[in-house]
Amino acid sequence: MSGGLNPTVGKTPLSERGPAPVRTVVGFGFWLFLLSDIVMFAVFFAAYAVLSSSTAGGPSGRELFDHDRVLLETCCLLLSSFTCGLMLIGSKRESRRLFYLGALATLALGLGFVMIEGIEFSEMIADGAAPTRSAFLSAFFTLVGAHGLHVTVGLAWLMLMATQVEAMGFTSMVQRRLLCFSLFWHALDIVWIGVFTIVYLGAG
Amino acid sequence: MDRHLDGNDGAPGGTPGESHGGSSALISYLIGLGLSILLTLASFWAASTGAVYGPGVPVLLAVLAVAQMGVHLVFFLHISSAPDQVNNFLSLAFGIFVVALIIFGSMIIMANLNHMIMPMEQIIARQR
Amino acid sequence: MLGRLSWDSIPWSEPIPLITAAVVGMVIGAVLLLVLVKGWMPYLWRDWITSTDHKRIGILYCGLALVMLVRGFADAIMMRAQLALASGGAQGYLPPDHYNQIFSAHGTIMIFFVAMPFVVGLMNFVVPLQLGARDVAFPVLNAVSFWLTAAGVLLINASLVIGEFARTGWLAYPPLSETQFSPGVGVDYYLWSLQISGVGTLLSGINLVTTILKLRAPGMSYSRMPVFCWTALASNLLIVAAFPVLTATFTMLLLDRYCGFHFFTTDGGGNAMMYINLIWIWGHPEVYILILPAFGVFSEVIATFSGKPLFGYRSMVAATMAICVLSFMVWLHHFFTMGANADVNGFFGVMTMIIAVPTGVKVFNWLFTMYGGTVRFTVPMLWSIGFIVTFVLGGATGVLLAIPPVDFVLHNSLFLIAHFHNTAIGGVLFGLMAGYTYWFPKAFGFRLHEGLGKAVFWCWLIGFYLAFMPLYALGLMGATRRMQHYDDASWQPLMFAAFLGAMMILVGIVLTAVQLYVSIRQRAQRRDLTGDPWGGRTLEWSTPSPPPAWNFAVPPQVSGLDAYWRMKKRSREEVSMTSMTEARPFHMPKPNDTGFFLAFFAVVTGFSLIWHIWWLVGCGVIACVSVGLRQAWRTETEVEIGPDVVAAFQAGREVSA
Repeated sequence: MSGGLNPTVGKTPLSERGPAPVRTVVGFGFWLFLLSDIVMFAVFFAAYAVLSSSTAGGPSGRELFDHDRVLLETCCLLLSSFTCGLMLIGSKRESRRLFYLGALATLALGLGFVMIEGIEFSEMIADGAAPTRSAFLSAFFTLVGAHGLHVTVGLAWLMLMATQVEAMGFTSMVQRRLLCFSLFWHALDIVWIGVFTIVYLGAG
Repeated sequence: MDRHLDGNDGAPGGTPGESHGGSSALISYLIGLGLSILLTLASFWAASTGAVYGPGVPVLLAVLAVAQMGVHLVFFLHISSAPDQVNNFLSLAFGIFVVALIIFGSMIIMANLNHMIMPMEQIIARQR
Repeated sequence: MLGRLSWDSIPWSEPIPLITAAVVGMVIGAVLLLVLVKGWMPYLWRDWITSTDHKRIGILYCGLALVMLVRGFADAIMMRAQLALASGGAQGYLPPDHYNQIFSAHGTIMIFFVAMPFVVGLMNFVVPLQLGARDVAFPVLNAVSFWLTAAGVLLINASLVIGEFARTGWLAYPPLSETQFSPGVGVDYYLWSLQISGVGTLLSGINLVTTILKLRAPGMSYSRMPVFCWTALASNLLIVAAFPVLTATFTMLLLDRYCGFHFFTTDGGGNAMMYINLIWIWGHPEVYILILPAFGVFSEVIATFSGKPLFGYRSMVAATMAICVLSFMVWLHHFFTMGANADVNGFFGVMTMIIAVPTGVKVFNWLFTMYGGTVRFTVPMLWSIGFIVTFVLGGATGVLLAIPPVDFVLHNSLFLIAHFHNTAIGGVLFGLMAGYTYWFPKAFGFRLHEGLGKAVFWCWLIGFYLAFMPLYALGLMGATRRMQHYDDASWQPLMFAAFLGAMMILVGIVLTAVQLYVSIRQRAQRRDLTGDPWGGRTLEWSTPSPPPAWNFAVPPQVSGLDAYWRMKKRSREEVSMTSMTEARPFHMPKPNDTGFFLAFFAVVTGFSLIWHIWWLVGCGVIACVSVGLRQAWRTETEVEIGPDVVAAFQAGREVSA
């Protein structure tokens, strides 16, 4: 396309410069997808907020939640956001070493998060606090479980990206996908801030 | 379809020109991490301490949470109100608007309905 | 082995579904046979089924919608016939059990599988052309979106023959839609069909917003964008914001049904009112998703056929974006009677009235566009004028219903039915028919038969009024919706009039098919040789009819609103839109089979979820993931178009012209 040959490109308003570069287009599209995903989480949050006191004679959040474990999970996820940033820097510098270090750290921390959450869920279910027990527990398992599912899918995606870097190197397509992954991963941490504040700390 | 780079809109998460894996990106992530750790610890402290007036704790938690989300958006996702980030920023604003409506709208409406309408168990019991 | 699927799942004792299935089966069989015998399969596979061209995908969406219109309308005729008969002692011919499935299917199909695909199809076809772009932002995703919608269609049609459909109405309120009260497969068909197609719709929304914000031609600032693109932007922003709510709410209902959760159950602390609240947070933006593009069509059509620029461009854009935001603030008006107090009801009542204001601004802008112009009463213009009168009426009854005490009397009465059909038919459908006629020559290279088009319009217009004005009266007399039988014999004449109206609309639909057939046969006489059959104002009319796959070999340089009108005024010789001398090589997406296969396995997964065939669910999910992984590893996704290809296309046109 010849639009870029405009000599006054510096003075042309952004909205008149014609089609944006692929990276911008893909990044923005993925950003919209993330916003839609956050709207979906908002619905689960709303359901949780409305149903949090509907314990139907069963256990409540205050009885069930362990703040120390949640703090550990939060640290795992927060640090993994940081290591994801390192991974992205590695990909921009085209440094395989930094990239794989960051990816491995992110994977390990993410797996840690998922395992802790898995243990929490199975302990609750074994204690009779299953999602079928009450509306509150249904809402809890759905909200926190949906987040955990997103993290798990993210880890699978991360492993796929690592194999693509290995196989294809840091092509522009791979770099775009890594950008999308990092947006996804940071967004999950943002959702988690909501979860630990409203669900765990909010239960009192 | 071929595209070209000549100073267009920026992707969320930063444009290649801005932080080519340079130290500015690393500093950004470090600041973000540091602030987030502080805010997280503050939240956990606020929830368990007796030092804050009881009914004020939820407000404090909300403020800390929103602040930390902002830290993530600015330092990890590089969202700003710069001219090349306008689309990203406006979409985010629209998203926040919708999220707030859904959560607070539902809470207000459901609280109102729960107050006015008999609980479901009692409705069912009356039908037997 | 096969879950709860068995031979008894087929309704052997019900003639209507069986005969329908037999007829449809024979038609599909005949078409497949024809395709195979004539050897059209490679062409169809390469150029349509795996197409990533937004124009082809748009046509597929519209075709799908028109086919489903037949099924949705068949449901309508059956209901009207039943009500014309079932007065007093007579019971009609449809037992309540079937009637409930029919009205549920009617609503679900009309909203999700007629209106939505048609709207999305028009936006898909037109928006990139109007923006001076070569395709949408994500062409493969576009194909995936279409095929996922088609997957939803397949599932809902399967429910007619294998199993049953939901009896809950088109929104499946709990507790009725919970397992306790709907243990069969009907609600599951409903939920999985809509979850699958909902993903497609969401992806399409993301695609079009990105296209409009990031792929406009050089020089096309936001204030130089056609109004149809603005309404498409607003509509797709609503899709991105609202459809996740539908997905989440259906997920919660599915968890209740499949895993015994207690979101909306009558026990365990569940709250069914929460479902109604959430579903309407989606439901109200949904109707604006449908109407805004229709408004956009009218803006284009009225300006073109009045020979004047659209009056009040800025206020049009402002009104559109205002409607976009306000549509999220009125949802409680769908459940005024659920028991909120006066403050809450009053707030939403006032907001509902406020949202009528920007729509009024638009109506006046259209009228002022026509005033002082040279109005040509072509078929699209007739639809537009019919729309202005009809939609204003429907909007007015909406403002009436916005008053909570009025709604207390009229909620769920036939008055409500009349109101939303008034706006849906008078607004959405009339807009779709106008757009269909207006852009048909661009899509296919020849115009539709004008006389038959006018006949279709008059049948719909008169039929609509005859079918729905009696319903306003009946609603005020106390008739409710979803009612299989009534005792008051004085209602019957009005019911019969409504039935006649439906028959009139049936004639209109048949004539639409006839019009298509005749136009195809006479296409040589109606060929569009210039690419601009109507004297259009926007960029799509600067391309040949039909346009080449790449739309624009050289991206147009835009300097103002109504870009094409300006170009025509300057000089025809000065700018040749497909001039090959300036064309640098560019890339276009290759055809891609991901969409088709993903949808195929989605159908398998959905069907096995509905029938509890758990091993097949696992297989289906693995297959879907595999299709995704295969796409992730594809690196050869584009083909280069050089000046020689463009030149060959030009030469071919000059020979045949």
